[in-house]
Amino acid sequence: MATTVIAEPKKRAAVGDENVVEMSWDPITRIVGSLGIYTKIDFTHKKVVECHSTSSIFRGYSIFMKNKDPRDTHFITSRICGICGDNHATCSVYAQNMAYGVKPPPLGEWIVNLGEAAEYMFDHNIFQDNLVGVDFCEMMVRETNPGVWEKALRTEAPHAKDHGYRTIADIMRALNPFTGEFYRETLQVSRYTREMFCLMEGRHVHPSTLYAGGVGTVPSIQLFTDYLVRLMRYIEFMKRVVPLHDDLFDFFYQALPGYEEVGRRRILLGCWGSFQDPNVCDYNYKTMEKWGRAMFVTPGVVVDGQLVTTSLVDINLGIRILLGSSYYEDWQNEETFVKNDPLGNPVDQKHPWNQTTIPKPQKRDFDGNYTWVMSPRWYDKRTKDHLALDTGGGPIARLWATALAKLVDIGYVKATGNSVKIRLPKTALKPEVEFEWKIPKWSNAIERDRARTYFQAYAAAVGLYCVEQALKEVHAGRTQTFTPFKVPDEAIGCGFHEAVRGVLSHHLVIRKGVVANYHPYPPTPWNANPRDIYGTPGPYEDAVQNTPIFEDNGPGKFKGIDIMRAVRSFDPCLPCGVHMYLGNGKTLKQMHTPTALMGLQKK
Amino acid sequence: MPTPQIVMDRPPAVKEVHVIWMTTGLGCDGDSVSVTAASLPSLEDLVMGNIPGLPKVYLHNPVLAYEVGDEFMKHWYDAAAGRLDPFVLVLEGSVPNEKIKKEGYWAALGTDPDTGQPITTNEWIDRLAPKALAIVCAGTCATYGGIHAMEGNPTGAMGLADYLGWNWRSKAGLPIVNVPGCPVQPDNMMETLLYLLYQVAGLAPMIPLDEQLRPTWLFGKTVHEGCDRAGYYEQGDFASEYGSPKCLVKIGCWGPVVNCNVTKRGWMDGVGGCPNVGGICIGCTMPGFPDKFMPFMDEPPGARFSSSVINVYGGLIRRLRGFTNATANKEPKWRHPRAALTTGYSPRHYGGN
Repeated sequence: MATTVIAEPKKRAAVGDENVVEMSWDPITRIVGSLGIYTKIDFTHKKVVECHSTSSIFRGYSIFMKNKDPRDTHFITSRICGICGDNHATCSVYAQNMAYGVKPPPLGEWIVNLGEAAEYMFDHNIFQDNLVGVDFCEMMVRETNPGVWEKALRTEAPHAKDHGYRTIADIMRALNPFTGEFYRETLQVSRYTREMFCLMEGRHVHPSTLYAGGVGTVPSIQLFTDYLVRLMRYIEFMKRVVPLHDDLFDFFYQALPGYEEVGRRRILLGCWGSFQDPNVCDYNYKTMEKWGRAMFVTPGVVVDGQLVTTSLVDINLGIRILLGSSYYEDWQNEETFVKNDPLGNPVDQKHPWNQTTIPKPQKRDFDGNYTWVMSPRWYDKRTKDHLALDTGGGPIARLWATALAKLVDIGYVKATGNSVKIRLPKTALKPEVEFEWKIPKWSNAIERDRARTYFQAYAAAVGLYCVEQALKEVHAGRTQTFTPFKVPDEAIGCGFHEAVRGVLSHHLVIRKGVVANYHPYPPTPWNANPRDIYGTPGPYEDAVQNTPIFEDNGPGKFKGIDIMRAVRSFDPCLPCGVHMYLGNGKTLKQMHTPTALMGLQKK
Repeated sequence: MPTPQIVMDRPPAVKEVHVIWMTTGLGCDGDSVSVTAASLPSLEDLVMGNIPGLPKVYLHNPVLAYEVGDEFMKHWYDAAAGRLDPFVLVLEGSVPNEKIKKEGYWAALGTDPDTGQPITTNEWIDRLAPKALAIVCAGTCATYGGIHAMEGNPTGAMGLADYLGWNWRSKAGLPIVNVPGCPVQPDNMMETLLYLLYQVAGLAPMIPLDEQLRPTWLFGKTVHEGCDRAGYYEQGDFASEYGSPKCLVKIGCWGPVVNCNVTKRGWMDGVGGCPNVGGICIGCTMPGFPDKFMPFMDEPPGARFSSSVINVYGGLIRRLRGFTNATANKEPKWRHPRAALTTGYSPRHYGGN
């Protein structure tokens, strides 16, 4: 339940409505990390009016990594995130490989790909059906939209024969936390997919067997058998899950006309690419465009539905870290670590390679600095705009960039130019199927959630391909998984990867054999950031603003379910702690819901 | 002969227990995510009452909760006011030092209605600790400080026992219970909670803890003692490169002096682990983690001698390892609650001198 605030009369006059109410939810649960939402809602026009975003936790990785042995960086940066730490470890290894000039043996690379595929399979699965899914479960829908529940009871699920649930209401009931059958099944699926992960990377979530130069995993026949058998169970599961989610999400468009506006924002998507092809990737910056385009998820920037670039060099050079509302000192006059990239291109002072992080804790002031999160932007040299790209929680950006680029074709997955086709072989109880993810009309909450399901199938398909490639190596007797290396005194490196919820980059500078600078940029800073120096709001702010309200409850019993669906569609992962604050008006009077304990009189 | 008394027929001493799980230390939520992987017992086993004799468990964890915002925070305010009783407090993440700066916050949860400012995690600890039946620290950050308490850190982070005092006792007389691991091994954490529930139910004696407040049955042995590669060590056959199936001590494994059961238990249902599957042990369960084990990929200083005399005299090695184990079981001296930052924080500096 929300803390409710009636906007002061002046403010109401300014908005021109007597029914504008500030409401807050803090913390937002069922995400990773702590997030709060502060909204201003116009109940007459049933719309969210305004939004700011703020973070509540600072740890200082970029600071305490200075002076450390560069070989320690993937062990350390894994600890940034408790659900996708391995994505950080992997990205750090990529950056180290570049800095040390080392290329792992192909088998080492296939093993990392298999670990990362398992991570996507596990993480999207648990988030989609144990966290986000609760927003679509019977309990929630009955509380927020009784009419929708009534309709769900009467609506046959179009793919009932594929997933076994006769009506949409049956699906919703199965999603109830703990008591729902599908909820419990997915929790169990999240376990055996993590076992697949542990086979390849040792432990979840902070891997033990990853190193620059390769892996310590012992590539036995048993290793790949143990993985493959579990993978086939997952593939059979996906043949039920993709149609199940299609039915559920299509139903929302049908039951609540206009639902496409929930969480909708301009199509501004970034994807930094995933799954290296060891036949192409040599970790040399100078050939990065080539090996980036060989990845099994294509890197790309999509603006208004157009693919702006697939070049990792362009992507790299365009990254800017802006201040504007954050608790840090500016680094414009600090050391410039990298003036030019290895191709001779100039590197901006606002680029992560040149960032110096100096925290400045202070009071939260919504008219000034209000967050620990900085504002990453991508500089579009065509228009000179600092674009607030989002990742849409990962999958929608990955599928969109891959589809448009039309580069991926690995048998199990094929990009067509306007869709991605995923082929899954026969399993114990189900025949071979082909799923096709088609570029949607909108970048909105429902399509972000739908893409997540399709990407689960995509990751499984890539997993199949990589098992086959790895076994080929083992059968040929090429069982090396590690290439030795030396740490140079002076070097730079960058790693690009897709964390589960979207773009991930690590930028490393080595001087005198130790870390002189290290800046990781995970997806959540891209999604959850505040207004930058140009006043451009971050993607959550943008997506929640103007979200229409479909919930039946008025201010008294308001759950904010449409806002929750909008925010959770981005798969918020905030161990760096982000709060959202929506609304910038002062409050005269606050009203509380019966359970609200936080909002005593302010003045 | 009378029918023996069985657990099934005995109502628990306490009918209901709440678990207030706070993830807002300086952490990564990796321990909450970890327990969703547990199967021995699983979260469902505890929440749905699958184990006989235990009180009903109400779990309040932000990663899993149905409720949002105030509805969720209500449990925190109720617990702080003594209205939610009894409850077990679980802390995840290290405790920052909020005294070393003039204003602002390092870690917070919720907003103070009087000031409009965030309520710090430390404030919540101060409010909840006196009311808790027991406090369990999940993971190495909450137990000893961990990664975020590394040398040079800006926040002055520490473990909960550094903050509350190592001799702290709950109102029920329990010390802090530490379940270290980065992240915590899933079943280690759930099994510790299970033990405490047995204790609360009146079915088990005081939880046995060592000096570092760890359950003794989980942390009484070293990684090496449970490692299936120890046979290579015994034969003096060491890996010189990662990817080898042999003993890893010469390329950075600290297993011989680290208290942890992962080599025995695996990571999940016996799958995965660390040195047993090719990952060097970096000491992530230890009070001295990470500083005393860095650089992780170098041979530990004690390993050179002990691995070269392995065939000569096992008793001497045990004693030498005892010294290193004692050092690794101590936290670095900069982890303290005093109003001073002594971590060597220096954000512009790198490269010696």
